[in-house]
Amino acid sequence: MSAADTHLVVDERELVAGTSLWQDAWRRWRRNRVSVVSAVVLVAVMVFCSVGPLAAELLLGATYDGQDISLGASAPSWAHPMGTDVLGRDVMARTMHGGRVSLMVALVATAVSLLVGVTYGAVSGFVGGRVDAAMMRFVDLLLSTPYLLLVIVLMAVIPPSSVSIGGLDGSFVLMFAALGLVSWLVLARIVRGQVLSLKQQEYVEAARAIGVPQATILFRHIVPNTLGPVIVYSTLTIPSVMLSEAFLSFLGLGIREPQASWGTLVSDGANAMVVYPWLLLAPGLTMTLTLFCLNFLGDGLRDALDPRQGET
Amino acid sequence: MTTFVAKRLLQIVPLVVLLALVTFLLLQLAPGGPFDAERSFPPEIQRQLEARFQLDQPWYVQFGSYMAGLADGTLPSLKRPGLTVGELIGSSFPVSLLLGSLAMAFALALGITSGIIGALRQNTIWDWSTMSVALVGISVPNFVLGPLLVLCFALGLGWFPPARWDGPATWVLPAITLGLAYAAYIARLTRAGMLEVIRADFVRTARAKGLAEHVVVLRHALRGALAPVVTFLGPATAQIITGTVVIEKVFQVPGLGYYFVQSALDRDYSMVLGVVCFYSVILMVMNLLVDVAYTWLDPRVKLA
Repeated sequence: MSAADTHLVVDERELVAGTSLWQDAWRRWRRNRVSVVSAVVLVAVMVFCSVGPLAAELLLGATYDGQDISLGASAPSWAHPMGTDVLGRDVMARTMHGGRVSLMVALVATAVSLLVGVTYGAVSGFVGGRVDAAMMRFVDLLLSTPYLLLVIVLMAVIPPSSVSIGGLDGSFVLMFAALGLVSWLVLARIVRGQVLSLKQQEYVEAARAIGVPQATILFRHIVPNTLGPVIVYSTLTIPSVMLSEAFLSFLGLGIREPQASWGTLVSDGANAMVVYPWLLLAPGLTMTLTLFCLNFLGDGLRDALDPRQGET
Repeated sequence: MTTFVAKRLLQIVPLVVLLALVTFLLLQLAPGGPFDAERSFPPEIQRQLEARFQLDQPWYVQFGSYMAGLADGTLPSLKRPGLTVGELIGSSFPVSLLLGSLAMAFALALGITSGIIGALRQNTIWDWSTMSVALVGISVPNFVLGPLLVLCFALGLGWFPPARWDGPATWVLPAITLGLAYAAYIARLTRAGMLEVIRADFVRTARAKGLAEHVVVLRHALRGALAPVVTFLGPATAQIITGTVVIEKVFQVPGLGYYFVQSALDRDYSMVLGVVCFYSVILMVMNLLVDVAYTWLDPRVKLA
């Protein structure tokens, strides 16, 4: 083979080097400026909430539960950029800490919903037949109930101290479980639909023909191919879980003192807003900004990964 | 059609009983009972109270009597002596119903109008501005929006009272706060639906017949575009129900929603069970109405 021939072969390879689904999606997503800006802002919010408390403590000496009673509720100043609350605690440090809690609850609860939803939907679609029908009827049943009312009951009657695991506050554990266990339903439906069509494909038949065990076929070969819609839906689950957490905390049923989340901070702020509006504005606007960016990011990812699916 | 509705109505009964059972078992499994909270009674009184409300019976007997009491409306509230669950719901639900209906009416009016504008003026400043406002509406939590509106329009400008529930002036802010997020969803759904329909053959035919533009848009296109909005009304009802819980707290509205939270915290088991059943029935009937509405919107849909 001459040098020119080799050159030709390489060239041809470069020509046919296809773009994978992910490269394609990445290119589409990058073109969506609003979505990219949202992602950047989100990273900034995460840095603000994760590194922020440390910086605030080092630079300003402010912690989320450190009090300076003599100060009382003071308006924003250089020492306390977002003011202090009625008990003389730094509002910025509290907003950062609250954000940490809210983001953590949202991420963990979404992970719980992913685990439950993907497994449930995959098994239902893969097994098929009567089992599938029964499992999906159950999902329909739960979807037709006002399940947030059940979550309210759950949060109200179970004392957090009875479910704390290790050093983790019980109200966190309750929140993870309650919110994770109610947000898997739609995800299960989506995954089931995907699995139903994927299991008819030739490569699955091939795997079966060479004797791959059923469970391996399902979780090694089928489930990874449902990833696109799953990612899209999870990105949109995060803001809705965050909202539910704040909703419960606002009602006094979620995260409890001395811990704080954006929900509890907004709740405290709403009570004092007439005299000290910054108590409401600081956590309220930070949370709104975060939700806004998460929604935009989710929209952008959906357009990039799943162009056929329209707006919902 | 009639058999479909009858069948679905009959299905509601076992579903609600099942849901009540789940709620009941949840209450049973939670540590502690209704009468061993903060105040401790002498043991005789505690026993008498528990006997009176059958709390000393096995759980299936309790559940049976709860269900029987709910069915004929005689179930007593555990924590509000002399009142039945039916009376408590009857006195507070109308307020929540009015709040929810006003919010829904506001959401539909604003959402459909801005959705139509967005679709007819696609990719103009009108379209972008309404859709951006819609995304903001979706992202602001109602318990942040509520206090902000109070701060601005009640305490700042003094146009509306900041709280309470007496007379139309006090209805405005709570209804807007509750309805805005749904207005935003409906606007996006209407816009997407309109964009699909607006270039369809039947719309072109309507135009070709020489019908006025508003007739084409409102009578022909809109009807086809509304199916996604109608689908959304089912889940929206569920969200409005839970939404009223928050709004009633923010604006101190004496409705059923916030009352429900109080009952859960007070461990008023019969009240909790009653409200869960009540709201489930409402939600399921609403879902049924949504399915029926499809046939009216789109004659191709057959109910089975």
